[in-house]
Amino acid sequence: MNSTMSLRVFAIIIAVAALATLPLWMGGIYYINVASQILLYAVFALGLNVLVGYAGLTSLGHAGLFGVAAYATGYMLQLGYGHTESILVALLVGVASMAVYAVLSLRSTGIGFIMITLALGEILWGLAYRWISLTGGDNGINVPKRPAPFGYSLSNATNFYFTTLIVFLLVVVVMAIFVRSPLGAALRGTRDQPRRMNALGYHVWAIRFYACLFSGLLTAVSGILFVYYTQFISPQTLALTSSAEVLLMVIAGGPGTLLGPIVGAGLVVIVKTVVSGFIERWNFLLGAIFVAIVILMPDGLVPGTTRLWRLATRKRAPVAAKTEGAP
Amino acid sequence: MSALAVKDLSKAFGGLKVTRGVSLDIAPGERRLIIGPNGAGKTTLFNLITGELTPDSGSIHLFGQDITKTPSRQRPHLGMARTYQIITLFARDTIIHNVLLALLGLSTARWNPITDIKHQGHLVEHGRAALERVGLAAIAERPLSQTSYGERRRVEIAMALAQNPKVLLLDEPFAGLSIDERRDVHKCLMAIPRDVTIVMIEHNMDVALEFAERITLLHFGEVIVEGTRAEVVDNPRTREVYLGH
Amino acid sequence: MNFWLVLTVNSVTFGGLLFLLSAGFSLIFGLMRIPNLTHGSLFMLGAYVGATFVVGLLGFKLNFWLAAILATLAVAALGALAERLLLRRLPGDQLAQVLVTLGLSFMAADFCLMMWGGDPLNVATPDGLGGFVRFGTIAFPMYRLAIIVIAALVAIALWLLLDRTRLGAMIRAGVDDPDMARVVGIRVSQLFTIVFALGAGLAAFAGIIGGPILSVYPGLDQDMLPLALVVVILGGSGSLLGSFVGSIIVGFIYNFGQALLPELAYFVLFMPMLLVLLLRPQGLFGRHVP
Repeated sequence: MNSTMSLRVFAIIIAVAALATLPLWMGGIYYINVASQILLYAVFALGLNVLVGYAGLTSLGHAGLFGVAAYATGYMLQLGYGHTESILVALLVGVASMAVYAVLSLRSTGIGFIMITLALGEILWGLAYRWISLTGGDNGINVPKRPAPFGYSLSNATNFYFTTLIVFLLVVVVMAIFVRSPLGAALRGTRDQPRRMNALGYHVWAIRFYACLFSGLLTAVSGILFVYYTQFISPQTLALTSSAEVLLMVIAGGPGTLLGPIVGAGLVVIVKTVVSGFIERWNFLLGAIFVAIVILMPDGLVPGTTRLWRLATRKRAPVAAKTEGAP
Repeated sequence: MSALAVKDLSKAFGGLKVTRGVSLDIAPGERRLIIGPNGAGKTTLFNLITGELTPDSGSIHLFGQDITKTPSRQRPHLGMARTYQIITLFARDTIIHNVLLALLGLSTARWNPITDIKHQGHLVEHGRAALERVGLAAIAERPLSQTSYGERRRVEIAMALAQNPKVLLLDEPFAGLSIDERRDVHKCLMAIPRDVTIVMIEHNMDVALEFAERITLLHFGEVIVEGTRAEVVDNPRTREVYLGH
Repeated sequence: MNFWLVLTVNSVTFGGLLFLLSAGFSLIFGLMRIPNLTHGSLFMLGAYVGATFVVGLLGFKLNFWLAAILATLAVAALGALAERLLLRRLPGDQLAQVLVTLGLSFMAADFCLMMWGGDPLNVATPDGLGGFVRFGTIAFPMYRLAIIVIAALVAIALWLLLDRTRLGAMIRAGVDDPDMARVVGIRVSQLFTIVFALGAGLAAFAGIIGGPILSVYPGLDQDMLPLALVVVILGGSGSLLGSFVGSIIVGFIYNFGQALLPELAYFVLFMPMLLVLLLRPQGLFGRHVP
């Protein structure tokens, strides 16, 4: 137990060190930008994972929330407000939209939840696409300048990367704390045995509602990072395909794990940006990966690999304990 | 004042009346056994008492307080706990985690999104104490997936006990157990102090009769016979509907 | 006056197309309890395959109707294959099945892009239906009226299939209660394959029939899938009547919305669906809640 613990701490230190020094050893602005994208999508996937992984509620409308936060930022900036106000309003709009999503969709779980969130996502997409006076329609909204907090200009790729990294690490720490907390345990309880949780005295709906708000907050954060990264937002970002893509990140990596959505975000972004340079049919590849993972490794890459690793290293404690536990 | 008073409780699913005007009056500290053949409406009665089902008519009082309209999630806070006939545990977690969830349900700490659950010192202590009472403290850290069926039955009981209930509803706590396991469960039930009122549904007569003071016989959703152990066993209607076969 | 009448005919035509698309979607939803997220892709595939036959393959140009039938059969076979090889592996796990259909829709979209490129394909109106029918001063495109007739014929055929045949009785039993159907000896898994193939074929048929008025382009799948979803949620899953009424309603909302409230067209389209989901989750004519 202790050796795996220190191994984990060691791995975390190595990973953080590698991420912090990435611009030094990863040659070229292109790759630094890819890394920024992975990190911002990882935040998005971690936000969705709060629902998919820990609450057992699969949403197919999260791109709508992501997009709403991005549009809110762009629109505020277009109106002439500063970055601080724009970001605050975007966070508020994102969380408020999620609250509306939650009130409407938490009446059901399972397939019903999927369909209501899908409908809500499509409504937001439709508004972005057609409400031209507000959103600019297909032309989208341009964000001419990235902010420069405390004089630290984010317009160059490396500085933007470091800012994204700090936000990402913060989100990971917050997630790690949340998952271990009583509220996190309660949320997982409502995923596994909602009826029992109710009988134990928990307000299942309220717990799910708070989880939705938390998910909405992280989604809004990633949406804001996205709009500053691309300096552009258009309806395509809110489309069902985008919701499906982030769901793919969570499902592929491993829902209900901390590392899973991060790995999933890495996988999808790398296939989309890097591999697409060599293989034109990356969307086909993404779809095939999705199908293969759902059928062959339903709990995702991270838990799946861990299981294979345990099998390979013959740490098969569970079987031994079972016989010993019987009376 | 009775610990649990049920008056004229009725419930129908579609046209099927599963509970017909059931009344129960259970004194504080009593051990009450509810028996009846399959389909007699025993578990439905429990679900009505805990509020997981809403009755069509009738009332439920807990220590004089009308809880008929109280949402089911608030009833544990008023001192009512239950176990399930079909084991309903958190299969991915450890034994102690299951018990901690039961404790958290009644603690305001359940809204805490920051502190590590393992650092909730007093909760962990209480959880261990509850496991001690059912004889599982030694394997508290074991994942539920690696426990036997009998151990899981005892986890069910530990979760209910952990909530320190005034009224404890046990739904077939001996179901599916071997003779040895039954003895273990029996021992932990006998050790429950008298300030806890216990209502138990059970099929297994030899263990249950020994435990109960008063017995209610349900048949097709109705109370047929009620009385002391001897009265109910000797009643010809009991033999007719239940012990007869 | 003229404007409203034309809009009405267009709405009914579009409703007819939507019925062809969503009848299968509804049956699949009713029987397997999953929204088939490849349904838009099947529509698009049918449209592309049919268009290819019409334009000419290896020098052979096919008659429009022959092309429609061949494309329908090809896509139906593909649907059966997807059900047999993939969905079959996840029995009872509806969430996983939905995710598989989602992955397949990615693959299908990219496959079409690879085969037919990014430019829209225009499909010629079939011979003899290119003209107009005059009613007094107003001229209606004959092909649009033909679509209404075709949709009505398919609706009658489907109704006969479901109501009068043994297969139909089994499908209805499966929609009502799959467990019970299994108990009385219906091989539900066989039924899944048949219904999936039937739904895929109908979607493909709708795709090629719709070709001359919608044309065929990348993204057609993403345009059609939400419409099918709205229809089935409005009408209720597993109900033919529900799909029919839902299709006509959506046909009207879509066309009138586009014409009168272009900025809020999609909002107007999805709002009724949301209301039904919240107030009557089983749909207007459905029997069970998704």
